[in-house]
Amino acid sequence: MFLVIPLLGIVVISFLSRGELGNIQRPFTFENYARFFGWGFLGFDPMYLWILGQSVLLSLVTTVLCLTTGLPLAFYLAQLSERYRNFALILVVAPLWTNLLIRTYSWQIILAPEGVLTRLISWLGIISSHEVLYPGFFAIFIGMVCDFLPFLVLPLYVSVEKIDYSLVDAAKDLGANPLQVIRHAILPQIAPGLLAGIILVFIPALGQFIIPDLLGGAKIMLLGNALQMEFGASRDWPFGSAIAIIILALVGAGLVFYARFQRNPD
Amino acid sequence: MRRLLTIVSICLYLFLYAPIVVVILFSFNDNPHGASWTGFTAHWYMKLVRNPDILQAFKNTLWLGGISTFISTILGTLLGIGLNRYNFRGKRWLTSSLYFPVAIPDIIMAVALMLFYGIARQMSGVFDLGMTTMILGHITFQIPFVAIVVRARLSGLDPALEEAAQDLGANAWQIFWRINLPLLTPGILAGALLAFTLSLDDFIVSFFTTGPGATTLPIYIYSSVKRGITPEINAVSSLMIVASISLVLLLTLLDKKSLGSFSK
Repeated sequence: MFLVIPLLGIVVISFLSRGELGNIQRPFTFENYARFFGWGFLGFDPMYLWILGQSVLLSLVTTVLCLTTGLPLAFYLAQLSERYRNFALILVVAPLWTNLLIRTYSWQIILAPEGVLTRLISWLGIISSHEVLYPGFFAIFIGMVCDFLPFLVLPLYVSVEKIDYSLVDAAKDLGANPLQVIRHAILPQIAPGLLAGIILVFIPALGQFIIPDLLGGAKIMLLGNALQMEFGASRDWPFGSAIAIIILALVGAGLVFYARFQRNPD
Repeated sequence: MRRLLTIVSICLYLFLYAPIVVVILFSFNDNPHGASWTGFTAHWYMKLVRNPDILQAFKNTLWLGGISTFISTILGTLLGIGLNRYNFRGKRWLTSSLYFPVAIPDIIMAVALMLFYGIARQMSGVFDLGMTTMILGHITFQIPFVAIVVRARLSGLDPALEEAAQDLGANAWQIFWRINLPLLTPGILAGALLAFTLSLDDFIVSFFTTGPGATTLPIYIYSSVKRGITPEINAVSSLMIVASISLVLLLTLLDKKSLGSFSK
């Protein structure tokens, strides 16, 4: 009996892995030509390279934005008294449990051209009256940061909470200026959380499809949307798989980089 | 400095909650189009109950969540126990492959499943995209989560209990039913609740593995939003938000309880 149970588990998991690797590999053998065509397409037509570059850049900017907002929040959480800290932490994570789709399309309402926010901002003269906040890159970044901020704050908070401030004092006693204190006394201590957070934002942001789709308008094409198009409207599965594999390779590269860093933090 | 930190953080909290609050607020908006507020009404909620598409989508969502949670909880629990208790070849590979579906972007998983079903359909004639493939897809991404939760609980159990039962002459079957299962129940329940919440919130996997006629609430919301946001959609979304939040509250409650029973 107890031999059957793990075996059953293996059957299930093998099914699962086939679902991921096997069927991506199958076009490898069946539709090699189409696949090669896809690769050729990627190499010679700069459109898909452009999409790739744009997606990587978008993920990078999202990560930087999350960092600039997440760092103050992590430090704020860490200095709260223990009574409020857990509650504040739950408040950061709770939005993740509601549907991303809903949280994303809601920005369409908030940033709508006839909405209060847009009118206020154009009245203040920050944007001119014919410019819109949505759809476009601005709306995408708002949606991205809103979605990914908790993923960065959580691991970052864990590191920030453990900071040994005697090191900071020591650095100050030794005559370090504030910049040097941050560079040598704080940064090394929060590096693990910082890196984990960056990975948790950068990797999923690469494949994000809902946010650019709902907030970017029809003109902006990213890897996630391209993937959806190839599997949906265009029905070019081998080429879609090629895109999927490129995303997976990027993810893998990120994870390998992370594992390397963990083993050897310097 | 501290005050600045507080202000920034409060702004960030507002930012994180703005979309949720706005959706709920606008579900009570009298204005049927657009983003301006014209008055309070609960009219849209009344309309929901009479919309057959939404009711069907609601039923599909519950079916999908119920069946996939049931199956994935059983399989995930068995997998968790198997990985915790037994050594066999390829165990390390299996354990790390457990985290694989958790780590990769869900859109990759979704297209992979879609491809897999497509090939299976070509070869066998079954696997038409629809409710069944959607349920299979959900089971696939739920199992690792259940297994991880159950495994974590299992490693927190006191092995002395099992040894005591063995000393008293219990066979493996009795140990499982009398000792392990009751102790694991809070963990299994937490895993099941997690799986159900994930299923309820999933859009990507459903979107790629569904077929004609099998619409879930998230898919319904997506296709409606593509045509334009209506207060009715906001009402559906608000109900979904409330459902997710209550499920998570239940989960944290259960978590505390089960953690409490472990420390005893």
